[in-house]
Order: sequence, then structure tokens, then C-alpha cells
Amino acid sequence: MSTNDLLFGVFPYVAGALLVVVTVIRWRFRPFSISSLSSQLLESRRLYWGSVPFHWGLSTILVGHFVALIIPRGFEIWNGAPLRLYLLEATGLALGLWAAFGIGVLAYRRFTNARIRAVSSTMDFVVLGVVALQIFSGVWIAVGYRWGSFWGTSVFVPYVRSILTFDPKPEYVDPLPFALQLHAFTFWVFLALMPFTRLVHIITLPLGYLTRPWQRVVRMRESPAVYHPASEKPLERQH
Amino acid sequence: MRVRAQMSMLFHLDKCICCHTCSVACKNLWTDRPGAEYMWWNNVETRPGTGYPTGWEDQDHYKGGWKRDEKGRLKLTLHSKAGGLGKLFYNPSLPELEDYYDPFTFKYGDLFDTPQQEHQPTAVPISKITGKEMEVNGGPNWDDDLGGSDVFARNDISLEGVDDTVRAQMEEIERVVFNYLPRICNHCLNPACVAACPSGAIYKRGEDGVVLVNEDKCKGWRMCVAACPYKKVFYNWDTGKSEKCILCFPRMETGQAPACAHSCVGRIRYMGVLLYDADRIEEAVSLPDDELLDGQLDIILDPYDPAVITAAKASGIDDGWLDAAQRSPVYKFVKEWGMALPLHAEYRTAAMMFYVPPLSPVMSTIERNMVNLDLDAERVDFELLDQLDKARLPVKYLANLFSVGDEEPIRKALRIMLAVRSYKRLQSVDQSIDKTTTAMLASAGLTEELAEEIYKLTTIPTIDDRFVFPPYHREMSIEAMEDVMEHRGMAGFGALEAPHRGA
Ligand code: SF4
Ligand code: SF4
Repeated sequence: MSTNDLLFGVFPYVAGALLVVVTVIRWRFRPFSISSLSSQLLESRRLYWGSVPFHWGLSTILVGHFVALIIPRGFEIWNGAPLRLYLLEATGLALGLWAAFGIGVLAYRRFTNARIRAVSSTMDFVVLGVVALQIFSGVWIAVGYRWGSFWGTSVFVPYVRSILTFDPKPEYVDPLPFALQLHAFTFWVFLALMPFTRLVHIITLPLGYLTRPWQRVVRMRESPAVYHPASEKPLERQH
Repeated sequence: MRVRAQMSMLFHLDKCICCHTCSVACKNLWTDRPGAEYMWWNNVETRPGTGYPTGWEDQDHYKGGWKRDEKGRLKLTLHSKAGGLGKLFYNPSLPELEDYYDPFTFKYGDLFDTPQQEHQPTAVPISKITGKEMEVNGGPNWDDDLGGSDVFARNDISLEGVDDTVRAQMEEIERVVFNYLPRICNHCLNPACVAACPSGAIYKRGEDGVVLVNEDKCKGWRMCVAACPYKKVFYNWDTGKSEKCILCFPRMETGQAPACAHSCVGRIRYMGVLLYDADRIEEAVSLPDDELLDGQLDIILDPYDPAVITAAKASGIDDGWLDAAQRSPVYKFVKEWGMALPLHAEYRTAAMMFYVPPLSPVMSTIERNMVNLDLDAERVDFELLDQLDKARLPVKYLANLFSVGDEEPIRKALRIMLAVRSYKRLQSVDQSIDKTTTAMLASAGLTEELAEEIYKLTTIPTIDDRFVFPPYHREMSIEAMEDVMEHRGMAGFGALEAPHRGA
């Protein structure tokens, strides 16, 4: 088995397995350890300039990637007219640069602010490094190998789909330039790291907030007869 | 009518001596941990002053509490639900550590380890976060007793509406006046912290109204910190979770008063059950400003009313709780005597901790008049009874704190206290209870029996008079059937695992 097979054929499954199994275990048995670990209380100004561009930039691009993966045809049709292709590419690049700017500020903040430094763990730095590599390889591709939204659907999407359908075709990645390989590989690393690090907070995106009532009343005693059906709940059993 | 019970605390501000025993008892018990050093679930601030965290009452800045829109609907000041999700990555209304203070300790080791030198070594302050030497610019009770200060007192936003000349006088050294305000979480009926939490980690207990953060569900989005208008939810920078006052529920469940109340040196704190109508909360907190206070007091139910008793039983409140509600000292002060008010009802969270406003010394001009009039010192209170506007602590200021700016409820409470005081003085010192005395009592809405009762509960209550706890019947609670350790996550404090930052 070649290194390429190992990195792009086997490792994605290792990463995926870790992601699912460890996340479930952590969610179920160590829920207290899951947090966004915000440090806004300790430093706010630089966080604003870092966190907002980083999170919004990255999550928008990520959604874009997913759309490309699910409906590559849609991308191809959209890119049929050059003007729309330019528009999409420019937006993607701008978002990438925005996220890159954000993570730059966050890294600077983590290294130079005494308080943030003091509360940073080794894993914080590892996460920072991996995500930075992801973003920079992405920007590198956008600049160095232009029109990614155009060729991506035929070059990258088949590979990712092959992984998702359990029919791995790592050979698709083999001939690609280094920047593309790096971008793909750091994504798998990102997935593998997620359950072990603060990145796990991604899965906690609290969308349920949109539909829940404002107030929550929890009953300590088991007497459902007296609960108000809409607004009161019994203490949750956790196991 | 859907009756629920609330454990409520009452603070008799006229008795608080600002000794901070309460704060220290709480700190020793709950917040003496990394990440929680700066938290004071119970704090005592000098007022007029800016309080803790600095300027917490400035809701234009912190966006705490609820507001009523033009159509009379209730809105969370901080955000709409979708808007809240948009601010997950950065919450502009969150206080910074500087708004509390940078927690510090001292390098005591230097006192012992420094090699011999010409000068004595000192223990320099070091930050509890970075461990590095730091300059201390703030700390717990930094504002202590700094009444009249142009840093603290002058910037108290609750002085709004107080006459400028009076404000100027309050900064003069001979006329400086201040009082103390102990604060804990108000365990509100319409808590903004609960409403703001995107993860749904905060909840109000149905049986006793304690508001808790489920540490297992909290994901550190810290919306609650900004949304609580009283700034009584804190973010632990070490665990990445929010924490708040738990009203010492493990103590209450075993019949003991919360640590702050139990240790209170001035014995200013009382605790008891209040029954309230859960169906009418929303209506009560949506009233226009001038009806808010009455609206909030109105949903507190009379525990002797047969209709309330029937409804309470139907709502699962047992006889033990009903009995405790009937003997509740808080109910007496708040509802029967009308002497106690909630703090800043205009935040519309329906705060459930109540305050008896403090009396103040007589203005020196009046004092001089008194002397001129040749009145005995004993008569001074008597005179003040009708001259509350001359009291050194402006009634308007107290009204801004406790009665949404309406001076009438404050006047009523102060007059009752003054009348009882004069009455007892006349009775025990002068032994001269006459028609004027009864007339004076009547003018404050009191009879002799009532005055005696108020005197007793104010001045010489036993611990059982001050703290009336219902039987919690822990054996009936859901957790009793399960592994106790598993439910500690529900408790709002403590941890089964050591939290690891970055993991
Ligand atoms: S005072 Fe307590 S219950 Fe009320 S909003 Fe603040 S934290 Fe929540
Ligand atoms: S212990 Fe009592 S008297 Fe002392 S500061 Fe606290 S509330 Fe006031």
C-alpha cells in the first residue's frame, strides 16, 4: 500500500471512526467537557476582529463545499456563464481571505496576550495550526489553481464521494498538486481532531433555540399530573 | 390559577453593616476555584455607587433584562432568537474581566525566601490567571464605603431624577450618605438568563423556583451573562461554563439556610416560601412601567385564601409547603406589611428577592432646626416622619432602586419603620404612649399590635422566625431514585471530571 493510499484511502476512515465513536462517548459520558471555551471574558477587542471573520468566513465556505458535494451539477450549471463563475470565485476567495485574516488575528492574540497564553493548552495550538493550514491551503488553491469551483466538481467531488460511499479511490488524489493534497489531508486531520479538542463545539450549534419556548421549568418530583404541559418538564434522566 | 412556590430571601437593608461575611461564606463554599476567583455570587455594594460589576445597571450598555415594545409585547433586550445565534462568535454586550476585576493573590513566598538584603522584602501582587506580577487596579469591594466619591457615587445611574442640588450635597463631606446593598441572584419568575441561553441549559426548578445552570448542557455561549440584568451569571474562564448562585439548594433541601443568610452578622436576611400564580407571570411583567411593581406583587398569592389553597394542592404543593408559606416572614414583609420591594422591577424579570429600604440620618439643616425648636433627640424621628423629603438619602434614589421611580411605596415603608421606631422608643425609654403616639402609628397605617409584630420580626427574631423552610421531601425527588453522582451535573456547580481547557 502506498503512502497515498494510506493518507487518502485509509486515514479518512480512521478519522471518521474517531469522529463518530469518540464524539458519541464524549457527548454521553463527559458532557461537562464540551464547551466552546470562549475567552471573550479575558480579552474582547482582538477576539472581535479574529473570531467574527474566522467563524463566518469558514462556516460559509464550508457550506459552499457541502453544496458542491451534494449538487455538483448545480455548480456546473451556475458556472456555465463566465461572469457567474468569476462572481463565485471572487466570493470564495474573499471569504477565504476573510477567514485567513481572522485566524491570523486569533493566532496573534493567542501568542501575545498574556491571559490568553496562560489559559491555552497544547491542543489549542494544534487546533490553531491545523485549521490555519486548511485555510491557507484553500486560499493557495484559489489563487494558484484558479477556477476551483469549476474543476473541483470533476476532480475533488468524485474522490470525496468515493470515500463517503465506502468505495475509496485514493488514486484520484495521487496526481493532484501538493496544495490540493494538503487541503484534503488537513480536512481529515481536522475531523480526527474534532472529538478530542475544543472543535467538538461545532456539533453543539444550538439550532433548537429557534423553536423552544423562552422559559424552561423543570420539576424535581415525578408528578406529571401537575405539570403544565407546554412549559414544564420533569428532571431529565441522563442515562 | 396555577400555583407554584418560590423560595425567597428578604434583605432588611436598615440592618446591613457591610461586613461581607455573607460574601465570604459564599466564596468559601462555592467559588474558591480556578476560573471562579472573580465571581461573587453574593456581593455587597456601597450605594450610591457603581456596584459590581461596574455599572451593572446600565442596560443600554449591557442589554440585560426585558423590555416592552410599543405594542405592549415583551422582548428580551439582548437579542431575538435568530439574532442570538448570530452573535455566538462574539457577544458585544458581555462584560469583560476589567468590569469585575483581575483576580490576584500575593507572592507570599518572597517574604520567606528572599536572601538577606538591606530592605524588608514585600509580597508583590500576582495575577491569578497569568501568575505574573501585576498592578492592582480593582478588587472585591473596591468601592467600599466610598459614599460621595466622584469615581463611584457620582456615576451611579440610579441617581437619575434626583435633584441636582441634592446630588451636589451628597458629595459634600458633612453630608455624604450611603447605604449597603447585598445582592444575590434574584431567582426571577421570568428569568432573562433562561430565555437567553441558546443551549437551553438554564432552568427554573418547578418546586422551589431556584434557577440553575446545567453544567453538562452549558456550552459556554455566555448569552446568560449579558442577559441577566443583575449580572448574576458568571462565565468560568477555566471550565468554559457559566455559573451562578444556586441559592444553596443543597442546604435548603436539608432545612438549612443558604450560607450567606445563615452567616449574616447583621441578621438582616429572612427566608420563606411565596406562592405565586404561574399563569399570570407574562401578563404581570408586560405591564407598563407605572403598573409593573403592583403587577409583580399582585401575582404573589395569599396562602390563607381557601381558593389559593385548593389551587395549590391541585398544583402538587403539599401541606408542608403550604404551612411554610403561611408562616413565611417574607410574605409578611412583602405582602402583609408592604415594607419590602424587589430590586429594579423595571427589568421585567420579576425578581424574587426583596428589600426593606434603609432609613437614613436626618439632614443637618433639620437637625439644626430641631435643636432650635428645642426638641428632644427622641422626637427627631418623629419629625422626620413627615419630612421624608429632607432625609439624607433621597427618597427618589431609593425609588429608582426599588419601586420603578415611584416614591410612594418607599415613603410608605420608611414611614412604617420610623413609626415603629418612635413607638418603641416612646414605650421603652419614655414610657409615654399617648394619643399622639397612636395617631402617629395610625398615620403610618399601623396599630399597636402590628407595630409590636413588626418590631419583633425586625429586631428580636429567632433563627426560626427568620428562616422558615418547608420540608423538601428529598425522598420524593426524581434524583432520589437514581445514582446521586450522576445528577450532580444538574446541580449547577461541581464537576465529576476535571475540566480541561483546550480539550
Ligand atoms: S437574577 Fe438570577 S434568575 Fe434573574 S435573570 Fe439574573 S441570573 Fe437569571
Ligand atoms: S453578612 Fe449581613 S450584615 Fe454583613 S454584609 Fe452581608 S448582608 Fe450585610
